[in-house]
Amino acid sequence: MISSSSSSPSSIIDCLFQRSLDDLIKSLRSQLVPESKLISKALDEIRHELKSTDLATKSVALQKLTFLSSIHSVDPTFASFPTIELLSSPRFSHKKTAYLAASLSFHPGTDVLLLIPNQLRKDLASPNPFESSLALEFLSVAATPDLARELTPDVFALLATSKPALRKKAIAVIWRFFNTYPDSVRVAFKRLVENLDGSDPSTVSAAIGVFCEMAAKDPKSYLPLAPEFYRVLVDSKNNWILIKVVKIFGKLAPLEPRLAKRVVDPICEHMRRTGAKSLIFECVRMVVSSLSDFELAVKLAVEKIREFLVDEDPNLRYLGLNALSILKSTHLWAVIENKEVIIKSLSDADPNIRLESLHLVLAMVTERNVAEISRILLNYALKSDPEFCNEILRSILLTCSRNVYELIADFDWYVSILGEMSRHPHCGLGEEIERQLVDIGLRVKDVRPELVRVARDLLIDPALLGNPSLYRILSAAAWVSGEYVEFSKNPFELMEALLQPRTNLLPPLVRAVYIQSAFKVLVFCLHSYLMQTEAIPSSPSVESLPRISGSVSEIQCLEEDSNAMLSNRSTEDVAIENEASLSVSLDKTPFTYESVTYLLNLIKMGVDPVSDEVEIQERARNVLALINVLDENPGSLNQKGGSFENQELKTSEIVRLLYDTFSEKLGPVSANAQERVLVPDGLILNENLAELESISANDIPQLSVFSTVGHRQKEMESEPSTESTSLLAEHRKRHGLYYLPAEKNETESNDYPPANNDTKLLVNVIDAADDLVKLTEESLVPKKPNRVKPRPVVVKLDEGDEAPFSSTKPVKDLKDDLLSGAVRDILCGEEGKSRSSHAEKSSRRRGKEISLNGDSVTLSKENSGDTEKPRNGSPSSRTSRHRNRGKDKHTSHHENGGKEENSQKSSQKSSRHHGRHKTRHRADGSLSRMIDIFSFARAVEVLGVTQF
Amino acid sequence: MGIRFILLVNKQGQTRLAQYYEYLTLEERRALEGEIVRKCLTRTEHQCSFVEHRNYKVIYRRYASLFFLVGVDNDECELDIMFHLEKAHFMLEEMVMNGCIVETSKSNILSPIQLMDKAS
Repeated sequence: MISSSSSSPSSIIDCLFQRSLDDLIKSLRSQLVPESKLISKALDEIRHELKSTDLATKSVALQKLTFLSSIHSVDPTFASFPTIELLSSPRFSHKKTAYLAASLSFHPGTDVLLLIPNQLRKDLASPNPFESSLALEFLSVAATPDLARELTPDVFALLATSKPALRKKAIAVIWRFFNTYPDSVRVAFKRLVENLDGSDPSTVSAAIGVFCEMAAKDPKSYLPLAPEFYRVLVDSKNNWILIKVVKIFGKLAPLEPRLAKRVVDPICEHMRRTGAKSLIFECVRMVVSSLSDFELAVKLAVEKIREFLVDEDPNLRYLGLNALSILKSTHLWAVIENKEVIIKSLSDADPNIRLESLHLVLAMVTERNVAEISRILLNYALKSDPEFCNEILRSILLTCSRNVYELIADFDWYVSILGEMSRHPHCGLGEEIERQLVDIGLRVKDVRPELVRVARDLLIDPALLGNPSLYRILSAAAWVSGEYVEFSKNPFELMEALLQPRTNLLPPLVRAVYIQSAFKVLVFCLHSYLMQTEAIPSSPSVESLPRISGSVSEIQCLEEDSNAMLSNRSTEDVAIENEASLSVSLDKTPFTYESVTYLLNLIKMGVDPVSDEVEIQERARNVLALINVLDENPGSLNQKGGSFENQELKTSEIVRLLYDTFSEKLGPVSANAQERVLVPDGLILNENLAELESISANDIPQLSVFSTVGHRQKEMESEPSTESTSLLAEHRKRHGLYYLPAEKNETESNDYPPANNDTKLLVNVIDAADDLVKLTEESLVPKKPNRVKPRPVVVKLDEGDEAPFSSTKPVKDLKDDLLSGAVRDILCGEEGKSRSSHAEKSSRRRGKEISLNGDSVTLSKENSGDTEKPRNGSPSSRTSRHRNRGKDKHTSHHENGGKEENSQKSSQKSSRHHGRHKTRHRADGSLSRMIDIFSFARAVEVLGVTQF
Repeated sequence: MGIRFILLVNKQGQTRLAQYYEYLTLEERRALEGEIVRKCLTRTEHQCSFVEHRNYKVIYRRYASLFFLVGVDNDECELDIMFHLEKAHFMLEEMVMNGCIVETSKSNILSPIQLMDKAS
């Protein structure tokens, strides 16, 4: 440190009294002073020391900062510049510290990156391999497109260095370059391929690792390299390399069946021979995911999987299950064969293993065993921890509801299972259960009685109201019991449940559902009661109302009791005191005068018209308004004599109307339901829109079409102007999606059909068919007619439906495309080379290296010589066109006619893009595709000829 | 890219060494490390060494009091590392570069480190 004679005295003092990294760590660990205070003090020192002109001081400061930033998350970016200064230090230890700091703290946005290309270049070319290593290691983490562009030639040189340790690092770095700067592929790809057959295993390993990563992104481009990979697969003894190359074939084999046929034997051979579990697993995974058509190989793989499944090591068990779950869609037998182990794994200590086995268990579910398996799983769920329990419940729900309850034959059973799940102590799937309860109610008519029973059991239990995770389910239960109240054995009991005091605990929206359901129950009861009384209009009083069932005498006794109380006229008391007796009597005879009165009183007490929440308030008022009407016409219910004939009619009319409204059954509505709504009578869409045009012309603010329909029709009967029709046509063309089909306007009837047309049809079908399995097929029916309709709208919708697929597919970003494009170009180039004579080969190689020095002309000339030979199947005139195009575009244009113009343009574009590397693979789309196919076939051919 | 990050974490959940092969800000790193470490530390020895977290699959192993965590895509003594953080980094660099494992042999990894020690 004293050696830096130029440094100022202060820096010498700094240097002498500087704390070393060890000092810093020791003081931090001693914990005498609060850590944060120590760190800020240390940071102050570091800031000061970094300004020192003495490189040793700087280096120690940077070391300390690196430590602080990686262990204590201190932001090191303020030291970027000193880091760069230190990079150029002649001392290796300084350099080392600086490179480490740089690779940990620099990122693509670091501005000082601009200053280092020259230093990096110097270090890359350094005679000391450790210095080159440092630079390579830095580049592997921090290379930006600019750095990659600048340094590609230097790393390229290192790809052929005689020191394997450097070469393998260069290989890793070049992969980063390929990604950040795809043009580097053109320069370095060939050398990378050459590294595949080096004698040093570590460079082969690095190279094969890079190819593995590249092939994972775009396997198709690497098919031409299959012979090279095959050689590695057969020759290599290194497990790591074998694993990687098996991975590569896993990607390539599905693309080329002949390739799969070639590799299946060596892979099985590895599976049999090797003792390394990692290699066995890789081969197993390869077979189950890519070679599942080869029965023998799959059998062998399943054998190996079974060994994994019973291994002591949980990791192997997990991997075994993992491999099975890849097989479950194609070879379910493999899963079933291992049923016992899988079910045993449900109770494994490891959550991953449990989850994996759960999925496998559910994969085995069929229509026949669904009840049994669900029962086992539910029992199992009771014993497991909340997280896994919910995972089980979720899987059951998902499996059973798959494809509109495809697996379910016995819906009564399924609905009761849903009820059971709801009561599960850890159940956190309220939302899904809610959805399914309602959905099944809408779709499956036959299950409604059972559904109402399940809903009642849920509603009636006051304990459930205290559990917030059940609110959604309770909401569904309330809705179901209101909607299908006619199946209820005891609507009064339902009403009590819906209005029990603890419903205050529910969130407002759920309470609103409760009140609406109470409304429906009330209307149902009133209607049933009135139907009874109307059935025997001669009956003078309520006392002798007819009963549907039950022993008359017994009930009459009870009724007389209650009538006696009723005569007191203190209705509230009646209600309360009657409660006990009613609940007995109601079981048998539902609708008597006093039971209805009781109901009305129950509602008056239970429904509070004053609430903060409008939803509750509104519904409560609806119910109470109906009761008010009844109260105002007391005779309507208690029809004494015939004197209140008119009022009675009025009230019963109201009740009947309401009842009819509610008994119109709701059904599932498909997403396209609106299309089936016919245009109502008197509404002529064209005309109205035409008038809208004139309205907007008059600067009247745009009104909603639908609200103004009626008026406009009457007010203005003017003819639509031609201008507006053309505008309309234009609009229709652009927004066809939102227009109703034109034919329908004229041909079909003008009645307003309900939107759920199709579900009625569905329900009818269900009625007819005993077999509930058919339901699933039928429920898919309504969607089909839409597709049959020859409307452009449908096509557009289909596109929209497919959107998620297409959006998942091109995950590759632009760079990946560029990369694979470049790779494909190169590989196609190699193809030509392998066909050409040896002499040409060497000259081409020379040409390529020359082109690296910027002299691209040589290369293109030599290549053009190359291409003059007719290729496999491609007409030579086409080839020559491409050769010529660079020189005189005009002639070629004439020769080929306008037809080719488009492809010409695109290829010109690409040629501009590729810049100076003018090689013959600068072909247009169709040609390059041909070359692809050609090289593809060729790869297989080579495999066949040279390897076997 | 295969490997996204490599972490060495002590039993208390403090990060002892971190190397990322994709750029994350300091805050993101901290959050990620915290979440993953919490997940791994709660696991027992009988459980397998795979943990899924966000989009990563984390494979971990415990040596003495130190957890070695490797985060990939879907699909020693603690004190020594404290005092030889750099060396640990260089060792790591010998093994893994740019998310690719470049060397699996122990001796090949250690010899350059020893040479480097002599050189400096």
